[in-house]
Amino acid sequence: MTKFTATDKKDTRSGFGAGLHELGKQNPNVVALCADLTGSLKMDAFKKDFPERFFQTGIAEANMIGLAAGMTIGGKIPFTGTFANFSTGRVYDQIRQSVAYSGKNVKICASHAGLTLGEDGATHQILEDVGMMKMLPDMTVIVPCDYAQTKAATIALGSHVGPAYLRFGRPVWPVFTEGRPFTIGKADVMIEGKDVTIFANGHMVWQAIEAEAKLAEKGISVELINLHTIKPLDVDAILNSVKKTGCAVTCEEHQINGGLGDSVAQVLSRFQPAPIEMVAVNDSFGESGKPTDLLKKYGLSPDNIVAAVEKVLKRKKG
Amino acid sequence: MAQPDFDKLKKLATQIRRDIVRMVHGCQSGHPGGSLGCTEYFVALYFHIMKHDPKFNMDGKGEDLFFVSNGHISPVWYSTLARAGYFDVKELATFRFLNSRLQGHPATHEKLPGIRIASGSLGQGLSVAAGAAQAKKLNGDDRFVFCLMGDGEQQEGQVWEAAMYAAHNKVDNLIATIDYNGQQIDGPVKDVLDLKDLKAKWIAFGWEVQEFNGNDLKEVINGLDHAKALAKKGKPVMNLMKTDMGSGVDFMMGSHKWHGVAPNDDELSRALAQLEASEDY
Repeated sequence: MTKFTATDKKDTRSGFGAGLHELGKQNPNVVALCADLTGSLKMDAFKKDFPERFFQTGIAEANMIGLAAGMTIGGKIPFTGTFANFSTGRVYDQIRQSVAYSGKNVKICASHAGLTLGEDGATHQILEDVGMMKMLPDMTVIVPCDYAQTKAATIALGSHVGPAYLRFGRPVWPVFTEGRPFTIGKADVMIEGKDVTIFANGHMVWQAIEAEAKLAEKGISVELINLHTIKPLDVDAILNSVKKTGCAVTCEEHQINGGLGDSVAQVLSRFQPAPIEMVAVNDSFGESGKPTDLLKKYGLSPDNIVAAVEKVLKRKKG
Repeated sequence: MAQPDFDKLKKLATQIRRDIVRMVHGCQSGHPGGSLGCTEYFVALYFHIMKHDPKFNMDGKGEDLFFVSNGHISPVWYSTLARAGYFDVKELATFRFLNSRLQGHPATHEKLPGIRIASGSLGQGLSVAAGAAQAKKLNGDDRFVFCLMGDGEQQEGQVWEAAMYAAHNKVDNLIATIDYNGQQIDGPVKDVLDLKDLKAKWIAFGWEVQEFNGNDLKEVINGLDHAKALAKKGKPVMNLMKTDMGSGVDFMMGSHKWHGVAPNDDELSRALAQLEASEDY
């Protein structure tokens, strides 16, 4: 059985920065736009090496989305960069009309998502962004789990055609997917098991890896699936796994409404009803604090995942 | 460029005005007022000013591009595109009906030739046009990007984000126009939320600004020609184009009442009696 260990610790936003820089080298049509957060988004290397393809928009996110949509007309592939809050909620109508409805090849890249933003507090800790983005028709939504996968996802978006939302974060986090293949829309079965399926994405994949080790000690066999792409959803992977395990736990750094849990529950209730528990923020705003303290307080720790698994197993047995 | 054939262009403007009132009457919805007010501008752009190809290509490399930010004036745009050969004029009869490519507000979703971005939610078009203009520069494409906005639309904050950006970044292949008719849905713009000295504002934002009468075809053509001469000198260009909402149909002029109201059968007859043309769809 595959077990995962951290080969390094890095922030996912640096994975984005590295991927973007790589794309800059590969494809002269790739352009980048940033709303006064170049350092925070790790876009400095792209800016330094491709200054003519880097567009500083100032603190004007609505304009940035419109500019990006316009640049696609003429064959450019724009990657916009700002915090997840300002990448989604602040510019929802611009994304809806000028990008999604207009079918523009804009990649909306969003850092500092979720509670793990930490000390800046709830104004910036957006926990609703995945829900907003996945509701838009034809929008691809990706939440990678570590530095390596964020880099791979960024590079994959360079040859993906259509609007996309890429969500990542600020904290230094274990790196554990180096060398693993990444395909947009294809779930990654990281650990095979038979008693319960854990679906996780983003920073919560590492939390689930830690939970799996604790559950294994208790004799519970977990199948862990990294559902990095929330849309399009890998329905076959969900159904095949739950057919085997008979129950599911979802884990996400997002509101319980509108995120990964909702998407998995919809698939299961329509095609293969099974008990499901959701580890997510329970309809509340966050607050200032250290990332790991916040994950604990808001119910997103490995122990919370263990408890959710034990609960869903009881429900499965009836 | 060849001298404009004003007789031909005036006839086209009249024909397009007939199309507008008939389209809006046909589906009993839509926005005739702003459409009628901007007719000369659309005729000038598509039949004299712009280099463009009705065999539509989304990227439009080597062509002038045009973005309509105030998408509710779709009737004048659709009629102009059809009359310019982008699609069959008969399709104008489908405006706002189910399964039509002629959506209430312009969209790319149904792949109507000539439309490059959806518009309707106001304030977004200038940003898109500025982006397209910068893409042209990156591509070494020396053609222009035109953009039309409404005056009420100037109340949207995003317009001023784009204004600041385009001037700061010297997007000087961008020629924007404001349909300055002084009316919006709830009444005169000066009563709803006054724009004060709009010319001074655009100058202060770093744009080259000129004014002309948008309902005088000669003035529009001269104005747009002059805009091209002003462009590519380090500043984006803004045309403040004074128009009468409802221009060409006397009972639709001079008020915001016809912003988004369709004429009934009698009103249609009275409007068409004022617009003599012979090539109805």
